[in-house]
Amino acid sequence: MNLTLRVWRQKNAHARGRFVTYEARNVSPDMSFLEMLDVVNEELIGREQEPIAFEHDCREGICGACGFMINGIAHGPKRGTTVCQLHLRTFRDGDHLTLEPWRAKAFPVIKDLVVDRGAFDRIIQAGGFISAPAGAAPDANAILVPKEDVELAFDAAACIGCGACVAACPNASAMLFTAAKVSHLGLLPQGQPERNDRVRNMVAAMDREMFGGCTNMGECQAVCPKEITIAFIARLNHDLLAASFKGRKPPRTAASP
Amino acid sequence: MIALWSTSIGKKAVMAVTGFILTGFVVAHMLGNLKIFQGEEKFNSYAVWLREVGSPALGHQQFLWVLRLILLAAVALHIGAAVQLTRMSYAARPVRYRRTEAIHATYAARTMRWGGVILTLFVMYHILHFTFGAVGYAPGQYRPMSVYRNVVVGFSVWYVSAFYIVAMIALGLHLYHGVWSMFQTLGVNTVGADRFFFRTLATVTSLVVILGNISVPVGVLAGLVR
Ligand code: FES
Repeated sequence: MNLTLRVWRQKNAHARGRFVTYEARNVSPDMSFLEMLDVVNEELIGREQEPIAFEHDCREGICGACGFMINGIAHGPKRGTTVCQLHLRTFRDGDHLTLEPWRAKAFPVIKDLVVDRGAFDRIIQAGGFISAPAGAAPDANAILVPKEDVELAFDAAACIGCGACVAACPNASAMLFTAAKVSHLGLLPQGQPERNDRVRNMVAAMDREMFGGCTNMGECQAVCPKEITIAFIARLNHDLLAASFKGRKPPRTAASP
Repeated sequence: MIALWSTSIGKKAVMAVTGFILTGFVVAHMLGNLKIFQGEEKFNSYAVWLREVGSPALGHQQFLWVLRLILLAAVALHIGAAVQLTRMSYAARPVRYRRTEAIHATYAARTMRWGGVILTLFVMYHILHFTFGAVGYAPGQYRPMSVYRNVVVGFSVWYVSAFYIVAMIALGLHLYHGVWSMFQTLGVNTVGADRFFFRTLATVTSLVVILGNISVPVGVLAGLVR
């Protein structure tokens, strides 16, 4: 099959970008979207032109590295799929596709379709962890967790941090990502000691990164490759409001030996 | 509390709580409007009662003014938070997409901001119209406290009625997303059954408010209310 691609090309973070049209000729419907871009890039390299830069790693939908807009939809038209898992059979022969990077103040474009998602890392650093004594791995069933909580925590933990939620949000809000990360620890017993501080700090970090405010539109859940729902955003809101009415704990100081 | 206001979620919580108050007012106002179908006497005495609630413990219009101040504060906070959040959102995406596709967002959700602006303008017109008689009447036509007459005369002008009807549809859309949204923002709908309940509540509220309010200008134009 043949496709016409209109791709955002931008040399670096400071350069001005523009759309350039490429033809993908004789590609197989069984190829993934990224394999198709590989073919286009081979051709570009053959002509001694700069290949299209895009991010990828696992190519099996679990690492969260890949992602860009295809015709205005994050990760393309297929639900619950990353671009690396999107096959060309989703499209029709002769389709015109516009490829754009995620666009958000917090996600500056580095090159072509690659954006810097360091803002997500900084939200995680603000509280997306638990503090536990290291050592041998504890027994799996040492702490019993109700089945429903496990399931829910797992649904949230499925987030791969790809950034599609931000990209699709008309407000460029990072609420779905933050909600998933806050919820998955907040639902488990191991996450309880730091629960209030975690939600406050992660929301503060999210606001600092200049993401927009959520208006409950639901675009994020429609594009999330892991199909995380905005019910988790309600959970985040609930946790933050509850935490705000509880006092801040005094900072813990390490005991000196 | 101050710390809460400084977060985006805190501002949204303010919008949710003030939105809740304003929705309560809108529903009560709509129920009051329906009294017009009980005839001139009942409707006018309802207007008098509103000014004398709590008497003799409270003086003339005291209760009404407390209510007005609460509503005014709610409106100010609601708009204030909305403006700040909107500016945050615009700043969050300085470079727009060439192409975007709305997959899940409803028309109501996507028009909250401009809908809010339209509603603000409508409320101003509405107060100048029925409360002050400053617009929409020929000189001498508006008579204070003859509320029934004023409504009938006011809505007899077809384009005034049409404007009210359009405004009520805008209000209904705002409520359709807003009522659902406020429970989402306050985080009380975390499980499936509750989410269904609040979705339904929002749909019903918006429909009841639209139909209840529209029935008044329609009733006037149809000659049912004379
Ligand atoms: S490349 Fe890992 S999720 Fe797509």
